[in-house]
Amino acid sequence: MEEILIQAKKAAGEAEVFSVASEETQVHFEANRLKHLQTKQQTSVALRIIRQGRVGYAVTTNPDDCQGLVDSAVETARFGMAARFELPSANSYPQVDVFSPDVESVPVENMIALGEELISAVTQHTPGIICEAEVNRGTVSVRLINSRGGQAEYRKSHFSFGVEGSLIKGADMLFVGDSASSCQPILEAGTVTDAVLQQLELAKEQANVPTKAMPVIFTPNGVASSLVTPLVAAFNGKTVLEGASPIGRRLGETVFDKNFQLYDDPVIAFRPSSRPCDDEGVPSQRTTLVDAGRVAGFLYDLQTAALAGTLSTGNGSRGHGGLPSPSPSAFVIAPGSAAFEDMVGDIKEGLVVEQLMGAEQGNILGGDFSGNVLLGYKVENGKIVGRVKDTMVSGNVYQVLKEIAALGREARWVGGFLQTPHIYCPALAVASKG
Amino acid sequence: MSLKKVAQGLAELVRQGEADYIEAHLEESQSSHIVYRGRELESIGRTESIGGNVRAMVKGGWGFVSFNSLDDLRGRVEMAVRQARLVGREKSRLAAVAPAVDRVPAGVEADPVAIPLAEKKRILDGYNEIIWRQPEIQTSTIGYSDSRKQTVFLSSLGSHIEQERADVTLRIAAVAARNGDVQQAGLSVGSRGDLAPIRQLQQEVERLSQHVVALLSAPQARGGEYTVVLDPVLAGVFVHEAFGHLSESDFVYENDRLRELMTLGKRFGRRELNIVDTATLPGLRGSYKYDDEGVPATKTYLIREGKLVGRLHSRETAAKMEEPPTGNARAVSYRYPPIVRMTNTYIEPGKVSFEDMLAGIKEGIYAKNWYGGTTSMEMFTFSAGEAYMIRNGKLAEALRPVVLTGNVFETLSNIDAIGNDLNMNQGGGCGKGGQVPLPVANGSPHIRLRRCLVGGR
Repeated sequence: MEEILIQAKKAAGEAEVFSVASEETQVHFEANRLKHLQTKQQTSVALRIIRQGRVGYAVTTNPDDCQGLVDSAVETARFGMAARFELPSANSYPQVDVFSPDVESVPVENMIALGEELISAVTQHTPGIICEAEVNRGTVSVRLINSRGGQAEYRKSHFSFGVEGSLIKGADMLFVGDSASSCQPILEAGTVTDAVLQQLELAKEQANVPTKAMPVIFTPNGVASSLVTPLVAAFNGKTVLEGASPIGRRLGETVFDKNFQLYDDPVIAFRPSSRPCDDEGVPSQRTTLVDAGRVAGFLYDLQTAALAGTLSTGNGSRGHGGLPSPSPSAFVIAPGSAAFEDMVGDIKEGLVVEQLMGAEQGNILGGDFSGNVLLGYKVENGKIVGRVKDTMVSGNVYQVLKEIAALGREARWVGGFLQTPHIYCPALAVASKG
Repeated sequence: MSLKKVAQGLAELVRQGEADYIEAHLEESQSSHIVYRGRELESIGRTESIGGNVRAMVKGGWGFVSFNSLDDLRGRVEMAVRQARLVGREKSRLAAVAPAVDRVPAGVEADPVAIPLAEKKRILDGYNEIIWRQPEIQTSTIGYSDSRKQTVFLSSLGSHIEQERADVTLRIAAVAARNGDVQQAGLSVGSRGDLAPIRQLQQEVERLSQHVVALLSAPQARGGEYTVVLDPVLAGVFVHEAFGHLSESDFVYENDRLRELMTLGKRFGRRELNIVDTATLPGLRGSYKYDDEGVPATKTYLIREGKLVGRLHSRETAAKMEEPPTGNARAVSYRYPPIVRMTNTYIEPGKVSFEDMLAGIKEGIYAKNWYGGTTSMEMFTFSAGEAYMIRNGKLAEALRPVVLTGNVFETLSNIDAIGNDLNMNQGGGCGKGGQVPLPVANGSPHIRLRRCLVGGR
């Protein structure tokens, strides 16, 4: 890496070398049986330069090809965007615990046993269900050095598992599933299997829904599959800078329900989404995005922040090996005080949405969402009466989150990226066959 | 060290390995990309990648090791075998395939990656100018990428197949805004390495930028059931999502109830309906000579005259279902094992003209252009980038983009008219099992669907 930096400095004013090395082991179960064991080793080195005021960029999996990497970066710098930022010099970083040596030492046999436990809990509850399960462990080493003396280095471990079941009766299919993740080993299958068994219980009966507006409770999984994608785009500093975010010009204004609180938080201990610094070497911080319904901030990397006349929030992310771009680390929606049972009890006729399929295909920037209820339940007179099918739920995130009937008192991590409580909305458009 | 040299050594290790079956993939790729956000160039870069994997089968269990350090290949092979041993608990079954030794060139005149970035940038600059001529455009994104890939497949059966391919994709999206209301529209094209389809989009881009502004004053559809006419692009996405994924045998082969639902001979649609998947058509993004298990590509009828007649297989699913292999095992890169995937999937053309299809629809929706699609096996959703009301047999006002949904097992039988205008769309990329985007092509003529559920206000 040092060699690449030295060579790059000869060709350009400023340079930064970013490397990631990862190793991952995955145990995969198919059709209730152990099927695959996989190990993946990967390294990549990215070089970013600023040459005559423009950004050049190249990536390789072969760190020995120093000259090739520098040449490619120089070629692209001819056309690259004008650099408005300075690479950060030496920084001090917050202490964020994201590494546990215990992860690497979890024997593969224990991972297999965990997968078997997941599957047997689900198949014992519901005979005939076909499960896929996965147990993963891995480590990632990140290192960054730049020509202004900035440097960062950290190791992160991650451990995750999940199970998905499909139950077929005639031409009817039911899909259930849940997962968990941490930077430490999790050897208890309980929280995940409990959630899946509850889904199976609630989905035992089927129920019909009319086509009309009705109250909807989104479970944490439901929030993730319905409401979050538009918010990720809207709070991205780049979308704001372009004028394409519906809330971009409304900083300080009350746009959401006064009980709605949203943060980006990369400093929570032992979360796989946490890290001491972003992919440009800017220290991590918790950023308040919505405070009591008011728009409180947006997420920036170095370049976007400079263009917007503000400071990076430490959200420069390289995504799929590309140039850094603003991206949230983890969205955290603050819990409220309502119990799930009380929210359900409040509804005369409505829906609980656990999984909405295809909701992120519409006009995301405008906040519209519309999807098929892959897993959801009908509520009648304060009770869940069964699972709904052939049903679409549509709405606009900004309208939905402007008037929230209640927020659940418990927030849950979903898919590693989002921590959210249940969200209860007074009225949404529901369309159904039938 | 050259890939060829590495392959020679690895071929020997694969032959000697102590497993029921071993295969290895080596891959070297070069790619470039150019991304615009608004008028500004956001990212331009080049990527080089080299790597490989070893996959071993012992007693029906798979071990898989991927790497991009080419050191200690012996250790990698041993590890894959060790893993397979840990997993294997039954009998290994793979459909028989003749070992092949072959070299397949990319078949493009000019390597797209080698074309100077300046030339590609000029093409994109032209499109950005067209978009920004339109008032009320708030922003735009243009994402261009190309790649060239050399792969080597080695197996313990003695196969040694070198294949090259090139790939180009372009996605253009425009965003319009008025009084806090934001609308977006996009288009996607792709090719097997030829830049020509990327160069001739002036008219389409002009239409796109006018359309996105028009959406600002368009109403949203009312939710409910409609008779829907799909254009060839969207009908292609529909056939991929609504039926294609269900024909992938890895979903079916170990699931008895799903096998029952998918019994060959079962009626899914009218006699006029024929659905094909084939990797043998030259020039399409889903095409190849051998799949990633070294099985030659085939043409597979999935639906013929309305009945289920075939499905897509890997060697393992074919053996377990006692059907012939179809050469549909594909991996998005060396980092993943091959799984059953579609290639180029289409509805064969029928006889109905577009005008006849609209005639007789009192109130319906004409949905055009791809935005996205997904499936759960039973239910599918897909979204149209453009939509219009149909009133009394004629196209009427534009609508905001619509999301359509349906049940896989019912919807195909609701197709009551198949057009005479088959068209293949090359702009898509398919995702499954974390492997995305896999180059595929989808196609169809215009089709008419009765009783399709549309989301809306």
